[in-house]
Amino acid sequence: MRITRRTMVAAAAASPIALAACGGESDDDGPVTLRVTVWSANEDHLALLNGIAEAYLADHPEVEAIEFDPLPFEGYTSTLTTQIAGDNAPDLAWILENSAPDFVTTGALVPLGDKLSSTDGYDVDDLVPAATELWRHDDELYAYPFSTSPFAMFVNNDLLAEAGQPTAAELAASGEWTWERAVEAGAAVRAQTGADGIVIRDFDYSGWDNLSTLWTGWGARPWSEDGTECGFAEPEMVEAMDFMHRSVFEHEAMPGPGTTADFFAGEAAMTVTQISRAGLLEDAAFAWDLVPLPAGPAGEYSVIGQAGIGVLAVAPHPEQAADFLAFMTGPENSQKLAQYFPPPRQSQLTAEVLGQANPLLSPEQLQTVVIDRIDEGVVKPSHTGQAQIDQAVRAALDPLWTADADVEGVLTEVCAAIDPFLAR
Amino acid sequence: MSRADAPTAETGRRTRRPGGGPRPRKGWTARRRDLLAGYLFVAPQLLGSVLFVLVPLALVFWYSFHEWNVLVGSFEFTGTANYERLAADPALPGVLAATATFSAGLVALNLSLALALAVLLNQKLRGTVVFRTLFFSPVAVTLVAWTIVWRFLLQDDGGVNGLLSAIGTDGPNWLRGETTAMIAVIVVQVLKNVGLNMVLFLAALQGVPHELYEASMLDGAGRWTRFRRITVPMISPTILLTSIITVVGSLQVFAQIDVLTGGGPGTSTTVLVYYLYQNAFQFHDFGYGATLSVLLFAIVLVLTVVQWQMRRKWVVHED
Repeated sequence: MRITRRTMVAAAAASPIALAACGGESDDDGPVTLRVTVWSANEDHLALLNGIAEAYLADHPEVEAIEFDPLPFEGYTSTLTTQIAGDNAPDLAWILENSAPDFVTTGALVPLGDKLSSTDGYDVDDLVPAATELWRHDDELYAYPFSTSPFAMFVNNDLLAEAGQPTAAELAASGEWTWERAVEAGAAVRAQTGADGIVIRDFDYSGWDNLSTLWTGWGARPWSEDGTECGFAEPEMVEAMDFMHRSVFEHEAMPGPGTTADFFAGEAAMTVTQISRAGLLEDAAFAWDLVPLPAGPAGEYSVIGQAGIGVLAVAPHPEQAADFLAFMTGPENSQKLAQYFPPPRQSQLTAEVLGQANPLLSPEQLQTVVIDRIDEGVVKPSHTGQAQIDQAVRAALDPLWTADADVEGVLTEVCAAIDPFLAR
Repeated sequence: MSRADAPTAETGRRTRRPGGGPRPRKGWTARRRDLLAGYLFVAPQLLGSVLFVLVPLALVFWYSFHEWNVLVGSFEFTGTANYERLAADPALPGVLAATATFSAGLVALNLSLALALAVLLNQKLRGTVVFRTLFFSPVAVTLVAWTIVWRFLLQDDGGVNGLLSAIGTDGPNWLRGETTAMIAVIVVQVLKNVGLNMVLFLAALQGVPHELYEASMLDGAGRWTRFRRITVPMISPTILLTSIITVVGSLQVFAQIDVLTGGGPGTSTTVLVYYLYQNAFQFHDFGYGATLSVLLFAIVLVLTVVQWQMRRKWVVHED
């Protein structure tokens, strides 16, 4: 059969002329729609955000609508970057702390300093420096840390009592609230009740950066301050990880790899996580408490988990987006956001403000766990090229999670695996 | 062809070339109308293939010559830099070895199990329909849902080890050991899809003429000889088809790895597609991800061509 040119043309003409219709959104002077990617699909969170957006729209005719677009937390950053690659970037995006350096240092975000300081009543000086450090590059702020939440220990007092252990508050009062003692209590719970001892939530033998809530108590860090030297093989880290290893395999105070235990379902005596999880205890069938992380050999410490919001450099409407960001994070709205997300504003870090959001927590708990700890908190580890480092550390750490592992040997291998990335 | 090429009576009357030869008529002959209708029918499929297969394929080749970091917003032509990086990538041998282990294990287990099930369920016994449905039903289940359920079952304190301890054996921590994790991923995938190959084999088995078996039985052939000398040769075209689709499918495994092991423990189950995903979508390096796609494409192409060429040697009816 011969295919003539004319028949080819006919075939092409018969196809939908949709191709010609493909094209981006028109960028005329009319009102714009802003899109914000977030990882929370919680209805209360979205209602709060939409409320703030409505107030903004009332005074800003140049913006027609503001859409909050929840993406699944799992793979959030990958989805976001895929949208950017597909020429479908949002205007604003929530950013996880572990990918902060990748966004902040690469020019992916619009600098915010001028916009915020020129916004009436914004009060930039009220922002806690420790909270904004991760989101700065060359003295310029690239994202606003709308959630700055210290890690703490939730405790199931019923399980501790059943195992004949004092409560964490009693231990804290007598100055004995240490990791050593916590693991002892956890092991007792495991041995006597069958429930698990301590769960470092979201670690699950994969999310290793959550272990910073433990090793910081030994003064350990995954890499040097400037990010060039590996810290995994340093003595403090070896000691901390050896402690962790013994807690799992020797004392059985922490559930081993491949087992799950949910503190909030009453399956474990203690869990390390952020205070925003307190909501899960609303209908708890057991007596619980919230206390700061136990002290390590290096003393008391705190670790902060953060989330930022920034304007993407490739956003369709970066100017309007920056203006909305300034509105959303100003003192008035920051107080509203504080209902769910501990704010980075000094003036709002009070038990009263935080108490509105966390009715389940007492003013004392909020004071000792959140307010007293934000200033000095160490932010969870992050580094440029975090995704590659994350993957390399996870793979190299896997051999550690067997009973007969050589802790120091494995940690030396971790450094060998990530040195090429740190050197970049 | 010949009818249309020959001048019609009408053509003969109206047009003559200077050289005197006949020239096809420009109007709408029946043949042209048929042709046009044919092309119109294939146009949507053709356009879809061009838009969603050929164009992306060409783009992947094009991207593989670039450094494309989405976050930084860089897209620079770097020539063969990505291919040089591919050749020197220290992780690649491990990734290819994991891919080969997975594919070999999956294809061997899937095809042998599917054939065995098909032979068993091809008997005229009561209850075979129930078993056929049972083995085929996982094919209809959503892949991710299937895999998530298996992730729970394979945990250290999960259902599989519970079952093993009930019969007095301690099972391993399946997803945390390098060998057991690979076995687990293969078995979960085989159980998911073995029903499809089983059905294909069943259809083929039912197409084998019964007289052949009767004749061979008269000649004194046993059960095994009949299977080897009659069944296998007669269904060899289906064996070829299933082996090609299973090999290609095995090289594209992703969701199972992502859900069950995340490529671990260590990098023991990081197969090529998962490594590609990590580079492109987690490390934001789309250029290198595209290069890995080209490698995957080449591997699939070579394996398929090799299987196709080998068919002459063992597939009956292919001389």
